[in-house]
Amino acid sequence: MSEPTQAGAQREEIVLNMGPHHPSTHGVLRFVVHTDGEIMRKAVPEVGYLHRGLEKLAETQTYAGYMPFTDRVNYLEAMFAEQAYAMAVEALLATEVPPRAEFLRTIACELNRIANHHVTLGCITMDLGAYTPFVYLLREREGINDLIEALCGNRITHNYLRIGGVSYDVDDKWLGQLESYLNHFEPIIDELVALIVGNEILIKRMEDVAVISREDAVAWGLTGPNLRASGQDWDVRRDIPYGAYPQFEFDVPVGPLGRGQAGDCNQRFLVRVEEMRQSCRILRQCLAKLPEGDIKAKVPKMIKAPKGESYASVEGARGEMGCYLVSDGGKNPYRLKWRTGSFSAMSIIEHTSPGLMIADLVALVATLDVIAPECDR
Amino acid sequence: MEFIYNYLSSLELGPWATNILFVIALLVVSAAVFLVALTIAGFLVVVERRVAGRVQSRIGPNRVGPFGVLQWLADGIKLFMKEDLVPAQADGPLFRLAPYLVMVGVFAAFASVPFGMLLIASDLNVGILYILAITSVATVGILMSGWASNNKWSLLGGIRSTAQIVSYEVPAALSVLSVVLIAGTLQMSGTASSPGIISLQGGWPWDWYAFYNPFSLTAFAIYFTSAVAEGNRTPFDLPEAESELVAGFNTEYSGMRFAGFFLAEFANVYLMSAIATTLFFGGWQIPGVSLAAQAASFWLRLVGLGIFVGKAAVLCFVVVWFRWTFPRLRVDQLMSLCYRYLVPIAFVCLAGNAVYLLVIPAGSELDNLIHWVTAGAGGLLVLVLLWRVRFHIKRSGDRINLDLLARGEKGSFDPTVQARPYGKFRRQHNKESA
Amino acid sequence: MKPVEIHAYLQQKLDKQIEWNEGEKSTGDPWAVIEADGWVDACLVTRDDDQLAFDFLRSLTGTDRPDDGKIEVVAHLWSYSRRHAFVLKTTVDRDAPVLASLTSIWPAAVWYEREIYDLLGIDFSGHPDLRRIMMPNDWVGHPLRKDYTEQADYRGIPTSRPGYATAVPEKVDE
Repeated sequence: MSEPTQAGAQREEIVLNMGPHHPSTHGVLRFVVHTDGEIMRKAVPEVGYLHRGLEKLAETQTYAGYMPFTDRVNYLEAMFAEQAYAMAVEALLATEVPPRAEFLRTIACELNRIANHHVTLGCITMDLGAYTPFVYLLREREGINDLIEALCGNRITHNYLRIGGVSYDVDDKWLGQLESYLNHFEPIIDELVALIVGNEILIKRMEDVAVISREDAVAWGLTGPNLRASGQDWDVRRDIPYGAYPQFEFDVPVGPLGRGQAGDCNQRFLVRVEEMRQSCRILRQCLAKLPEGDIKAKVPKMIKAPKGESYASVEGARGEMGCYLVSDGGKNPYRLKWRTGSFSAMSIIEHTSPGLMIADLVALVATLDVIAPECDR
Repeated sequence: MEFIYNYLSSLELGPWATNILFVIALLVVSAAVFLVALTIAGFLVVVERRVAGRVQSRIGPNRVGPFGVLQWLADGIKLFMKEDLVPAQADGPLFRLAPYLVMVGVFAAFASVPFGMLLIASDLNVGILYILAITSVATVGILMSGWASNNKWSLLGGIRSTAQIVSYEVPAALSVLSVVLIAGTLQMSGTASSPGIISLQGGWPWDWYAFYNPFSLTAFAIYFTSAVAEGNRTPFDLPEAESELVAGFNTEYSGMRFAGFFLAEFANVYLMSAIATTLFFGGWQIPGVSLAAQAASFWLRLVGLGIFVGKAAVLCFVVVWFRWTFPRLRVDQLMSLCYRYLVPIAFVCLAGNAVYLLVIPAGSELDNLIHWVTAGAGGLLVLVLLWRVRFHIKRSGDRINLDLLARGEKGSFDPTVQARPYGKFRRQHNKESA
Repeated sequence: MKPVEIHAYLQQKLDKQIEWNEGEKSTGDPWAVIEADGWVDACLVTRDDDQLAFDFLRSLTGTDRPDDGKIEVVAHLWSYSRRHAFVLKTTVDRDAPVLASLTSIWPAAVWYEREIYDLLGIDFSGHPDLRRIMMPNDWVGHPLRKDYTEQADYRGIPTSRPGYATAVPEKVDE
């Protein structure tokens, strides 16, 4: 802690607290930062401020009744948690989900992915000082919120999926509005790229900052855009296909793209921008190929999953969202565990932080896209 | 003030009466300058928030007064009525003193800032030197507030800010020195009889010192960048970086003390714009009107006032524009920009100007040619900017709303109507809701 | 490789019997159960062996089994290069739960094991930083255990409101 220098003066490291209440941290997170002036020795994340006991709550809820709780695992990408849970239960019940429901789930998830990236990219630029792109992106996000509100009644915590399918069907008017939104939004991605991506100050803040190598990313369990930015070509949608994804054609952006090296903040930023484009592409294919049919398979009114366990994972916007379900044959799950991308991303911060400046910590946390509810559950 | 002193002396009232009346006049003029500066700062706050709103496709304050122009009064009253909090462990006297030092540093500089011809509190013969010196007092105040808050984040903010301001004084002073070299005087405003920096320029753009030669154009760019950095404005606002330090050195301040810092910052924005106008853009000079003509006519002087404030307002707008466009630089990037780029370039400009003044006789044909060419280059840059703006407006199509005054609830303006729904559903939606 | 094949391969590699389970109706995932003292060696083999190459610790969690007097620790493994998954379990005694840490094999285990320690009470030997993660540092008890009852107050703040449902609600009936 305190080291004597040659001149006889004492050198101490400062312990700073980027506390739970902070304009920058994404949700209620806390970092205890040990710094030597401007350069950090390490930054220790403290989580648990948003721990709501979702896993313990599952043990007292019915399978069907737990669906609204799954939204709260990560309220910004709620559809993914719903889908992971639904898939885990359906694997145990061996239910087959009708094709139209799979497509509707995909539409909901991809819209959610775009909405999530709006917030993420906005927060990255806002944390780095450019307040305006955040407001623009939130303006675009309103369009998606309106679409989803028309679909299922809620803007954020949707409760849209059900075990065996989805809850509400779509009509041609809604599909037309979705298409208009895509027509409106795709040129805006280019506009935002022109505004943000080429900005020299932003690039200088993010280029070669907080590099996470591919081996580190795999060993520490990073998933999703963070993993792809570090150079590992992996996407659950393409590599362990689920739902309707085998029928779609889409690219998976892998770092390095643009300037900077694989695994730095700029790559994590650019990968998400590209993902928004690919999501639009998937949505258009959904619109073109949407089949007719039921939106929900027949499941018993009171679901009792057979004894056993299953693990279902989807490619969430912040990483792999996995649901591990243990059933003992009763009405309630015996054990439910959420595997989230932010939990692993938070764990790597202490490992990556030595040698960064405090301003870089902000960039690292923002580009890793950690969010408290996913981390704490 | 010299004018007042001369007038009082001419009344021949005897030394005691003259001096007492002079002191009273001094206090009155100081109060007037302070209030004017305060009003300008307040108005600038509203302008910044409205501009921020329009840039971010929203409206901005529009409730208090027409187009929200009295918002600063409402904010001021609110801040005035807040509880005066001094943290228990904070260094009381220093904590209380710091906002005053910052305010003094900024508002005292207004004593030598011209508003129009003959409309200046005190046209010191060391005008610009006085301004550069007195604004440094604010640095002490910032460091004091960072230390006295007993808050490690404030301390970091205070230290960063001090380092930043002290460093950026160097290129700022060097570029000011270029202008002083050309003008030959430190006096800001001046008249026909005692020349000052403004009176030595002319009304037309090619008479301005910004376009004197390419070196002085660069000096303007360097001065402007350094002034923005000294004022802790984005892209150099790391000391107040909201996402990192909450509010940096003024985290612990609330109520009127915070208002002191806040108003000082905005007054500084106007101050730097006014100085830039004085030094580089010809101040209150009217194109085609001679000094004698302007000195004789009250109405021409009024036009001069309008021209000066207009030029300063354009520069203020640019500063505000920067804030809502650029991300912020990191501390080490900021310092490296200053010492590795701006300082050497500023030296080159200074040397270049000196050589220019030695080699090319003032007023000669070559001199005038260089003025015109540089002014033309400057005008070309402005035209290129305007063309790009037009290009982007056209490319955005109907997604852009150019109602700059953004009339709120009474008119039909609704920034969200164009945002959603989209395409043919927008026209349907508009018809249904109209 | 399919999970059954992986199980056979692992049995042969480790040269011992490994319990195999498939759930009641063979829906969902099958799993293998390893003895607690062979836990770290088995996991090391799964990571380092060429045929298995499990480089990604997807999830590490625990399940409380009070009826058996045990706590299960479950590791979900995935291999990016081989593209196969496996579920590996071990059990520890509920009254003296100690297990060797996997942090030297997959650094991802650092936080997962902290969470298991916090919520289920298993002490991981060899863990570099074993402290509570979700609950406050001075919390008493391990919430995910089936017999957990919340303490009546935390630093003077009551943890339940009189007249409202109890902190741990009973299971939902029809």
